[in-house]
Amino acid sequence: MHWMKKLTVAAIVSATTVSLIQAAELGYPEKEELTFGFIKLTDMAPIAIAYEKGYFEDEGLYVTVEAQANWKVLLDGVLDGRLDGAHMLAGQPLASTMGYGTTGHIITPFSMDLNGNGITVSNDVWAKMKANIPKNAAGKPVHPIKADALKPVVEQFHDAGKAFNMGMVFPVSTHNYELRYWLAAGGIHPGFYAPHKFDTSGQIDADVLLSVTPPPQMPATLEAGTIQGYCVGEPWNQQAVFKGIGVPVVTDYEIWKNNPEKVFGMSADFAKKYPNTTVRVTRALIRAAKWLDENNNANRAEAVKILAKSQYVGADAEVIANSMTGTFEYEKGDVREVPDFNVFFRYNATYPFYSDAIWYLTQMRRWGQISEDKSDEWYKGLAKSVYRTDIYEVAAKSLISDGVVNATEFPDFAREDGYRDPQKHFIDNIVYDGRSPNAYIDKFKIGLKTGDKL
Amino acid sequence: MAITTIFNRSTSDQKLLDRVNQWLANTVKMLLPAVLGMLTFLILWSLAAQNIDTSLGKFPGPSVVTAQFGALYTEHVEEREKAQLFYQRQVQRNELRLVKDPNYQSKIRLYTGKKTILDQVATSLITVLSGFFAAVIIAIPLGLLLGLNRNLNRAINPLMQIFKPVSPLAWLPLVTMVVSAVYVSKDPMLDKAFLNSMITVTLCSLWPMVINTSMGVASVESDLMNVSKVLRLSMLTHIRKIVVPAAIPLIFTGMRLSLGVAWMVLIAAEMLAQNPGLGKFVWDEFQNGSSASLARIMCAVFIIGFIGYLLDQAMLLVQRLVAWDKSSVNQ
Repeated sequence: MHWMKKLTVAAIVSATTVSLIQAAELGYPEKEELTFGFIKLTDMAPIAIAYEKGYFEDEGLYVTVEAQANWKVLLDGVLDGRLDGAHMLAGQPLASTMGYGTTGHIITPFSMDLNGNGITVSNDVWAKMKANIPKNAAGKPVHPIKADALKPVVEQFHDAGKAFNMGMVFPVSTHNYELRYWLAAGGIHPGFYAPHKFDTSGQIDADVLLSVTPPPQMPATLEAGTIQGYCVGEPWNQQAVFKGIGVPVVTDYEIWKNNPEKVFGMSADFAKKYPNTTVRVTRALIRAAKWLDENNNANRAEAVKILAKSQYVGADAEVIANSMTGTFEYEKGDVREVPDFNVFFRYNATYPFYSDAIWYLTQMRRWGQISEDKSDEWYKGLAKSVYRTDIYEVAAKSLISDGVVNATEFPDFAREDGYRDPQKHFIDNIVYDGRSPNAYIDKFKIGLKTGDKL
Repeated sequence: MAITTIFNRSTSDQKLLDRVNQWLANTVKMLLPAVLGMLTFLILWSLAAQNIDTSLGKFPGPSVVTAQFGALYTEHVEEREKAQLFYQRQVQRNELRLVKDPNYQSKIRLYTGKKTILDQVATSLITVLSGFFAAVIIAIPLGLLLGLNRNLNRAINPLMQIFKPVSPLAWLPLVTMVVSAVYVSKDPMLDKAFLNSMITVTLCSLWPMVINTSMGVASVESDLMNVSKVLRLSMLTHIRKIVVPAAIPLIFTGMRLSLGVAWMVLIAAEMLAQNPGLGKFVWDEFQNGSSASLARIMCAVFIIGFIGYLLDQAMLLVQRLVAWDKSSVNQ
């Protein structure tokens, strides 16, 4: 009987997926029970999908996924070890590694998505802005709507002696930089930071006062009139349309086509101590991202259902679906096709490009969060220590050899240097080349340039 | 003989019937206002609900909330099924790995999925009872001491008066910081979140018990004190035989008050600190802002209320069992 038992076991083993055979080569995870944090936004989807589709379990990982109150609590959690990893703003690992705000070395082996944010203004502001926006043949506003249309409204506020306030989600959030980029492109000064003078309000010389509000509270804060507009991820722009309290005017896709958005952050210590675990987490997330974009977004409807569960995003499925399934509703009834509003896998979205990191660093310098000049090498060195393409590469190659993902779906690792080709699609037509950050910073009309110090 | 028996039986039947009738009449008399009150409340609620438009849609009326109770239960059942599958997969995975890697220390990890409303109720109950019992252990001896020693009472009373009205929300940040500073261990036996909630509950539910216990002790009749003196009872016997029995009704009144406070404090603490439990459930739903959120919060409100009522009734029952001064129980 004994041999029979052995035989059955052997049969089971050979019947299991290739990934388990690969597992022996990759090594088992050093830490199996993990807790990941996230903020209630649709772009946390890769984590939810990796959990629900069993991709984490396939790697031998038992993951608990926990919603966090705000971005600071989340970052502190990763730094003090309460969380093993988290859905983070692209600027967070960079800022915390260089020591702006909470300090600690955070790395990211995986970029979670492209685009996905929008800027919403209150109904009142929209009514005033609308007069300044040209109309197309169908009588609808011509997109992209530039901040030029907002400028007279801000001036009206100032003439009446009132401040014009807008919300963003975190000082080093992608939203902060996108909102600033959009405002500055329209000639509105969003204000400087001066950390060396202990002024981290970001409101020096500002025409528009920006302040921090956690994403889920954005609509309520707008409704209360505390702010006149905000920049946030989904579903909180579509929520404003549904509730009838505001109008999204522009998406980040229009500000910078296919801009990098969230990353998956882990502490550098964790990655060093548990290398196999880190690679395995990356593998699971890559598979989840692929699932989200597969067959031309065919799985998005199912993803929406999962995200609408109360333990994930929890907003109504129809609100989440509005942006996740390739459309975006601006003014009520003005639904437009934005197939790439949320990109999780296409266009090498998951690869942590150094040039993506450097763009955020250039914006930190532009607005004074980095208070003095840094060499191009400094930008590149910091990007390299945070954006861990090496971990990504190990994970991707093992997925290729398992036959789970095609090599063509990844960058060509033999030749990839981590820098995207110069990118043109910005709302103000300024070209970005990550290889020469200082030259890029000097191109802007509003903002600090090389040599400037407040 | 037989006839009389039958006759007797029928009279006793008659008596029984009368009593049943009387009981029914009494019950109806007692229940009728309660039912009427309930109905009026439901009508007023649904009327009001129809006229309140929030940004999350209409305020949920009774029928929507009832439906949501069903939905919450369904979610619970589904989650339990998912948990079952999770454990099955885990056992299989462990076996497979043991075949390849015999040194592997396999173990079964707890389900990592979401906590259902019933899980949250259980967490809240465990937390409130632990916090409450911790408070009992501190408060009753302290109350006895204060009641026995007038000077000690004078010394501590002002402090107590200041701490008594402090809201749990003020304690919570302090407790959180102290717990994370002091309670450091590699493999903590208790969750920090649990400790935070529990200690906050303890701090807030101490005072009614201390005050009532000391009052109970101070109000022991002087005759009894004299008896104790005449008998030259030792301190311990004095407390055991004279003081405690006399103070018991007030001690339990204090405990009942404290448990009520503890339950209220816990929900607030869980909400603020994002600690697991019913409070977190309410906060999460508020954050989700879906069209069902308000109805789900209303469900939580009823559950919180009902459990609070049950806790109070349970305390009352215990009080009845141990106290012989019936009049105080009926108050």
